Amino acid sequence: MEDFKNLEEKAKKIRRNVLIMLNKSGSGHSGGSLSIVDILVSLYFGGIMNYDAKNPNWEDRDRLVLSKGHACPALYATLAEAGYFDEELLWTLRKLGSPLQGHPDSKKLPGIEASTGSLGNGISQAVGMALAAKVLKKRYKVFCIVGDGEMQEGLVYEALMAAGHYKLSNLIVIVDNNGLQIDGQCSDVMNIYPLKEKFESFNFRTYEISGHVYKNLIDTLTTAKRNVISPTAIIARTVKGMGVSFMANRVEYHGVVPSDEELKKALEELK
Amino acid sequence: MDKKATREAYGKALVDIGKKDELVVALDADLSGSTKSSEFKKAYPHRFFNMGIAESNMVDVAAGMALSGLKPYASSFAVFVTGRAFEPVRQSICYPNLHVVLCGSHSGISVGEDGGSHQAIVDIALMRSLPNMKVIVPADYNETYLAVVASLDMEGPVYIRTSRAKSPIFTDDTTFKLGKAKVVKEGKDATVVACGMMTYIALEASELLRKDGIEIEVINSPSIKPLDEETIYNSAKKTNRVFSIEEHSVIGGLGGAISEFLSEHYPVFIHKIGMDDVFGESGTKDDLFCKYGFTKEAIAKRIKDKLNG
Repeated sequence: MEDFKNLEEKAKKIRRNVLIMLNKSGSGHSGGSLSIVDILVSLYFGGIMNYDAKNPNWEDRDRLVLSKGHACPALYATLAEAGYFDEELLWTLRKLGSPLQGHPDSKKLPGIEASTGSLGNGISQAVGMALAAKVLKKRYKVFCIVGDGEMQEGLVYEALMAAGHYKLSNLIVIVDNNGLQIDGQCSDVMNIYPLKEKFESFNFRTYEISGHVYKNLIDTLTTAKRNVISPTAIIARTVKGMGVSFMANRVEYHGVVPSDEELKKALEELK
Repeated sequence: MDKKATREAYGKALVDIGKKDELVVALDADLSGSTKSSEFKKAYPHRFFNMGIAESNMVDVAAGMALSGLKPYASSFAVFVTGRAFEPVRQSICYPNLHVVLCGSHSGISVGEDGGSHQAIVDIALMRSLPNMKVIVPADYNETYLAVVASLDMEGPVYIRTSRAKSPIFTDDTTFKLGKAKVVKEGKDATVVACGMMTYIALEASELLRKDGIEIEVINSPSIKPLDEETIYNSAKKTNRVFSIEEHSVIGGLGGAISEFLSEHYPVFIHKIGMDDVFGESGTKDDLFCKYGFTKEAIAKRIKDKLNG
């Protein structure tokens, strides 16, 4: 599959950039950034999202809200790859004066649709964008990536209830289900399961797929875009730290960046 | 004198700006009949969104709508829209400086019987502390109507505070200007800065004081942030004694704003009249105003005592 090969190469490059950015910034979230890369690559390069990097405020564009805002290095690297801004800007992550803030700031960087990072607020804003499309009679879709740990925030359920109530078929929520959060396993810290039944009970059409298999991701996202009846939830099973052997499934790398040596090793793996 | 609640003006103005601008949408959290956003619902049902009893989500949804080009007006009781939803107000509206107008009705202790749990007495402090937020506490129905209409063309987030109880309609302005206060009565012995329904009570208190030979200058200051520093400075310079009156805690509200400004630019005697770092309780509005010192008589006495003391 020629297409997927292309996507795999893009994902590798984005993962490399994420690790370089984090190494240069000296702080940030490694594990959760790496786990969403294939989801982002599917959205931006798999023919799912309509966007124009040279006209980021195009009013008919599809929106992506990264509700788990701490994973923004992955989004920044994806936006640079999509042509929203120069790749050089990536190396300013978290530095004074950089538009690449520690958590996404919609006022500072093109392609960032909402200021997020305080968990739960992103998905609610995504609901607002989806509702706005109905008022404005626009056909754009709103994609929203939430963390599985984020599912512990009560606000998420207020948002899900509203999305189901208003039958927001233009809203597609993707859960980055890597199973880990800072303090440990989601099921130990505060059990979030079952997830599928939660979404279904709020009248979402819900899918459980691998968050790293392009065919599954693209097929499911394509089906979700065609849903005109209800909002969609895609629970994407992912691996925190995906792509780097010594970071994979290691909660220690939630908020820890690679050292120079680790970076070297990781870049070798992602060649 | 005609009496109406300021929340009534919110409903009327919302309908009028909704007519003028199709991008105006209204959201409420199951209190539309109380906040009067129900008027907008009647006029424009397809642009009204009941978000249920979920104020935090309502505020975030409003932010998402603003990001999509709409002009959202979100209302609930002041205690909920500023308190329960404080975090979304901070993160999703103020931080990105989005043009969302929040209306908090049922503010202060004039809510009455619902009691202390429902009487917003720190909402001004909460909203005023947030960068980008504008805070407006109109004095009467007329001023509320004008402020809501004017808010359509303001930039960034705006908080408008309304009341449940009826109060006299005494202002006669025809436009509302953010950041402007107005001397509604001139005097030389002391300055009284007030907002909300306390402005009219301050005027009544000034009549009582006049009988005692005390001439107070009454300033109506609906724009708490930005504050009309010039008007307050000039009056303070003239009288050298400043009182603030508000249906809010004496910490962080209008009195706080005036104190912060004058202590830096013209240190002068200041006495803050409001809720004295206590919560309210159930009772009629009149009984509560008596107990907590918001009647014209109580205010006149307090000012007189301070001036003589």
